[in-house]
Amino acid sequence: MITDQDLIGFVLHEARLIDEQRFEEWLDLFAEDGRYWMPLEMGQTDPILHNSLFYDDKLLLRIRVERLKGAKTYSQKPKSRCHHLMQAPLVEARDDATGEYATWAAFHYVETRLDEQTLYAGWSRHSLVLIDGRLKIKLKRVDLVNCDSAFGNIQLFM
Amino acid sequence: MPYDIPSARALIRETEVHRDIYTSPEVFDLEMKHVFGNAWVYVGHASQIPAMGDFITTTTGVTPVVMVRRGDGGISVLYNRCPHKGTRVANELCGNAGRFFRCPYHAWSFRLDGSIAAIPMPEAYARTEFKGSEAAKGMTPVAAVHVYRDFVFARLAAEGIGFEDFFGDSLSSLDNMVDRSPVGRLEVAGGVLRYLHHCNYKMLMENLTDTCHPMVAHESSAGTAVAVWNTMPPGTPKHPAVEIYAPFMSSYQAFDSMGVQVWPNGHGHTGVSHSIHSDYSAIPGYYEQMVAAHGEEKARRILDTNRHNTAYFPNMTMKGPIQALRIFKPIAADKTMVESWTFRLVGAPDKLLERTLMYSRLINAPTSPVGHDDLEMYERAQDALHADGNVWINTQRNYDPGETPEDTAVTNGTTERQMRNQLRAWKKFMAERVVA
Repeated sequence: MITDQDLIGFVLHEARLIDEQRFEEWLDLFAEDGRYWMPLEMGQTDPILHNSLFYDDKLLLRIRVERLKGAKTYSQKPKSRCHHLMQAPLVEARDDATGEYATWAAFHYVETRLDEQTLYAGWSRHSLVLIDGRLKIKLKRVDLVNCDSAFGNIQLFM
Repeated sequence: MPYDIPSARALIRETEVHRDIYTSPEVFDLEMKHVFGNAWVYVGHASQIPAMGDFITTTTGVTPVVMVRRGDGGISVLYNRCPHKGTRVANELCGNAGRFFRCPYHAWSFRLDGSIAAIPMPEAYARTEFKGSEAAKGMTPVAAVHVYRDFVFARLAAEGIGFEDFFGDSLSSLDNMVDRSPVGRLEVAGGVLRYLHHCNYKMLMENLTDTCHPMVAHESSAGTAVAVWNTMPPGTPKHPAVEIYAPFMSSYQAFDSMGVQVWPNGHGHTGVSHSIHSDYSAIPGYYEQMVAAHGEEKARRILDTNRHNTAYFPNMTMKGPIQALRIFKPIAADKTMVESWTFRLVGAPDKLLERTLMYSRLINAPTSPVGHDDLEMYERAQDALHADGNVWINTQRNYDPGETPEDTAVTNGTTERQMRNQLRAWKKFMAERVVA
């Protein structure tokens, strides 16, 4: 039986894995058909015929994770670091019969490299699914409060 | 150091260029005034403003302008300032003004061609010489506007080179992009990716035809994509993103054989015989639509042209085969806004737009690994160019002493010829007036 506290703990643990750059473990949280989506406009509904900042399947995420540790990844020499400050996640939907759950959490996220530190703010929505007794991410949707602003490099994950 | 036109022009040599064209605020100011004043600069696409009063705001160089659809169906490009106090009149990136622009400060209103429609309390000007003032002209239209197959270009200089003379045969790349629509029409679609670069815009322009960097700078992204793909079980269906990434790892020999084309006035393109876009999977139904529209021979001719990057001097680039366009908007000597625009081929399958959007997201977005690779190089250069030990940048690869700025030529694909071509055009347009 998945409790609300399990779902909340999952979301906080996911952010912590990113902050600690335990990216292999982080990738393992995604279902095989999971997606990481960061829309380009407020309230965006279409990730296919409207562009996004991210709309990665697991293969694209794996390429990013492998790239971050590559010996010739010059934009990570030196490496970026990041920090999540999460509001307590809310459980928005739960269906124990199908093993599908949804959470919502507001966050502040800082990404830093060299002498630059950039603050982002937004809301993350997790669509989780129970597979073989483990919670997996079906969709992590990250809506930035300024999703339509111009940005410099965003190299890690919110 | 203080610069004027002759001393700025002297920064460009045949096979090397002084770093001050990338770092000096004085050179930047001269460049914005003269190079961006004398050249034809891309403003926007007619599909962005379909109805009367529709507008977009943008810049040509650093000059704020508004492009608007008039009641007669024509397009005006106006300086986006009120003639009264200079307030920016249209403020959103896009919107609809109705029949009039209205300045939010003192309610001066303007017709869509920029002329004054009304000023509150007109009697206050009755006994003045207002009619002869600059303000009486309204929102000033830019000197010259040309719409070519829905692409809107402007020249700020009152007198200067004509549109056809400026672009010449380079318009063939733009033609190819439009001709890929079965009905010959494009629409801006999918939103705009805006990516802020702390570097000079010319570094991006020069990188467009730099075919000796992908296999080095992008080994981290494209090379990793290929390596990860190779671990997948045999028979896994080809991933569309891998199809986009993999050609970046083509060899020097492969890029060399693709060729580079140069045209007068700084335009040119990579991928003459074939390109990194040549071997994408066919989209079901599209070829049949093109044959139905154009006949088999013409359809093949259009679709077999797979130019890589076409660089339109001074700051726009397009990829015909995937209907993508980028503008490198200069903000300061060391600051550039990169806008990536994508187009729907009207009458063609949505899958083409889907692929274009994926390409832009993976290659040209603030979140793109390929973009991270490139920006790292630009920003390292922007910093390190301040080293006084050597103030020159080398652009000598495959230099031929017989090259001239007016050449139309096809060369090997790994030459730095197109970079020299752009820099020679920069020198030409760094002038009080350029008429031909």
